[in-house]
Amino acid sequence: MSEKEGDKDMQGLAQLTAPFRTVAGGLLPALHAVQDALGYLPEATTGVLAEQFNLSRAEVHGVMTFYHHFRRSPPGRHRVQLCRAESCQAVGGRALEAHAKRVLDIDYHQTTADGAVSLEPVYCLGNCACSPSVRVGDEVYGMMNVARLDALLAELRGGAEAVP
Amino acid sequence: MSAGATRVYVPADTSAVALGADRTARRLEALCDERGLAVTVVRTGSRGAFWLEPLLEVERDGQRIGYGPVQPEDLPGLLDAGLLSASEQAPGHLGPVEDLPFFRCQQRLTCARLGVVDPASVDSYREHGGLRALERALEMTPQALVDEVKTSGLRGRGGAAFPAGIKWQTVLDAPAADKTIVCNADEGDSGTYSDRMLMEGDPMALLEGMLIAGLATGARQGYIYLREEYPRARASLERAMTALWAAGCLGSNILGSGQCFDVALRIGAGAYICGEETALLESLEGRRGTVRPKPPVPAIAGLFGQPTLVHNVISLASVPAIISAGGEHYRGYGVERSRGTLPFQLAGNIERAGLVELPFGLTLRELLYEIGGGSRSGRPLRAVQVGGPLGAYLPESQWDTPLDYEAFAAIGAMLGHGGVVAFDDSVDMWEQARFAMAFCAAESCGKCTPCRIGSTRGVEIIDRLAAGADAEGDRHLLEDLCETMRDGSLCALGGMTPAPVLSALRHFPGDFQRPRGRPGQSESRHDTAPGPQIIPSTEAG
Repeated sequence: MSEKEGDKDMQGLAQLTAPFRTVAGGLLPALHAVQDALGYLPEATTGVLAEQFNLSRAEVHGVMTFYHHFRRSPPGRHRVQLCRAESCQAVGGRALEAHAKRVLDIDYHQTTADGAVSLEPVYCLGNCACSPSVRVGDEVYGMMNVARLDALLAELRGGAEAVP
Repeated sequence: MSAGATRVYVPADTSAVALGADRTARRLEALCDERGLAVTVVRTGSRGAFWLEPLLEVERDGQRIGYGPVQPEDLPGLLDAGLLSASEQAPGHLGPVEDLPFFRCQQRLTCARLGVVDPASVDSYREHGGLRALERALEMTPQALVDEVKTSGLRGRGGAAFPAGIKWQTVLDAPAADKTIVCNADEGDSGTYSDRMLMEGDPMALLEGMLIAGLATGARQGYIYLREEYPRARASLERAMTALWAAGCLGSNILGSGQCFDVALRIGAGAYICGEETALLESLEGRRGTVRPKPPVPAIAGLFGQPTLVHNVISLASVPAIISAGGEHYRGYGVERSRGTLPFQLAGNIERAGLVELPFGLTLRELLYEIGGGSRSGRPLRAVQVGGPLGAYLPESQWDTPLDYEAFAAIGAMLGHGGVVAFDDSVDMWEQARFAMAFCAAESCGKCTPCRIGSTRGVEIIDRLAAGADAEGDRHLLEDLCETMRDGSLCALGGMTPAPVLSALRHFPGDFQRPRGRPGQSESRHDTAPGPQIIPSTEAG
């Protein structure tokens, strides 16, 4: 990346996060704003936010790496989260996790070779009355089983948009 | 709404939608449009009978007649059979929803409007008794409000069960210009979803509760710390806040009283520990969600060092019911020192999973079988975890324990947030114990050693137990470690992880003696890693 492009990125980031400088405890909302816009937190985020919030880079790094939600690499087209918590375990969640990793041929925190699916664990989606649960983007799916998961993943890998 | 249009209520609750409610609602509108039928579809929360979702309710003569579950493909036939005239002939006919046995056996105080009210409409909220408590509160002194909460006997519904009235009094008495009400909406315990349901289905009850808490304690600012995993709750809260603002209930002149209160919504970022109140405050201040040592308690020095009333969603949402009907009325429900009602949540391997609001005192067995209908799989139930991932696993011999805070504490368990996760006889309790420790290792904030290091060592010992080389010694070591974690940790994460581990070990010893392959081989390497591993995209393949 040329220096000029890097500067432009920094400016874009600074614009995204500037409104939160005056918000009490605004660092988390600022990080959310970046990830909501870009899908992840680019490397330059640390420096930009450190400057804006008058913090050390180490402090900003500490915050962004503490929270599971924030990612530092671009996600695949679909962020697929499998619930690993007890309610889902009670109705086959473990087998579903193993199955997903096998058919996608990736582990958690990885993205499929075709760039379609990033697989992540999640601890509870509050959908425990119809476990096992899977979340894709902001959609939650319940009563998951191997067949339904296969169909969902096939749809995600086949098309560009999440299934309704 | 066109004149004479039939009202049909369809939940927009996360779980109802996960079961198809959005598709059903869209198809119903499209079909009625095609057939020239006048219908108004109102999207509500869910009442909580999830085995009937998507549950359609047709309004007729002031009653709501239920049909469920209704998938989009069922709709043409249902309409042919007279769905819109609430025909008994239409398949899936359930009769008046409130007469279903699942709801008749409940006593809903906090969740009375769930699935009934239009969550985005102030008028609908008022129509169902909303804002009456706020109007009453505006005529009461702060001390009278605090006294009402004390009288009610309400205890924190997030899990710790601390008497709410004492907290309110402490914040009221604290001399400070800036006080804050913080709603802990970081409902992360598996098997619990009542906070989510309430925020999606009756968000104004939470906001009204926060307003009243502000009037009672002298706080003018409120924060809702909502977990990122609840996008629908976020949308519902935002709509409700906008509507209450427009109606003059929130802001600088509450219902013309000259009093002010404002609420800001903040989104968490997937850290379980932020459900712990001091970690939550750190997070709200824009830092890592690490636990603060107590004292000082947040009621004295909380958010930005100011007196702060931190309450869970259900605690705050119970306040309007307490203020409008009086503390004595609320106190009339329940047993011993557990007063009022608790919305229990049936989850896991259970036939009729859902929200069950009941006074304290019923037994766990009654809840599991009479209300929950036993296991979903049809196999015998074997273990039940109450109160989330830090709750003990209860064997059948303990299922006659009454559901009240003290009775559960007496057997080393906790009611927590009222989540009940049932497991059938296929459960491997060694795996559950290992998961409890691994979860603690992954979610520990790292502030105190017993939790940060203890949980990782705990996973190792549980793995060694499975190998069986020195089972007696490892068992002793695990019990010793658990004692250290319980007594030495700063907060409930490290302090209570021993409960599921030791209860599994004590009540299901056979599962720890079974020969196994390489310990934990079915699990990924991320289980014991403290925190997420972020793989650079170049390696992600």
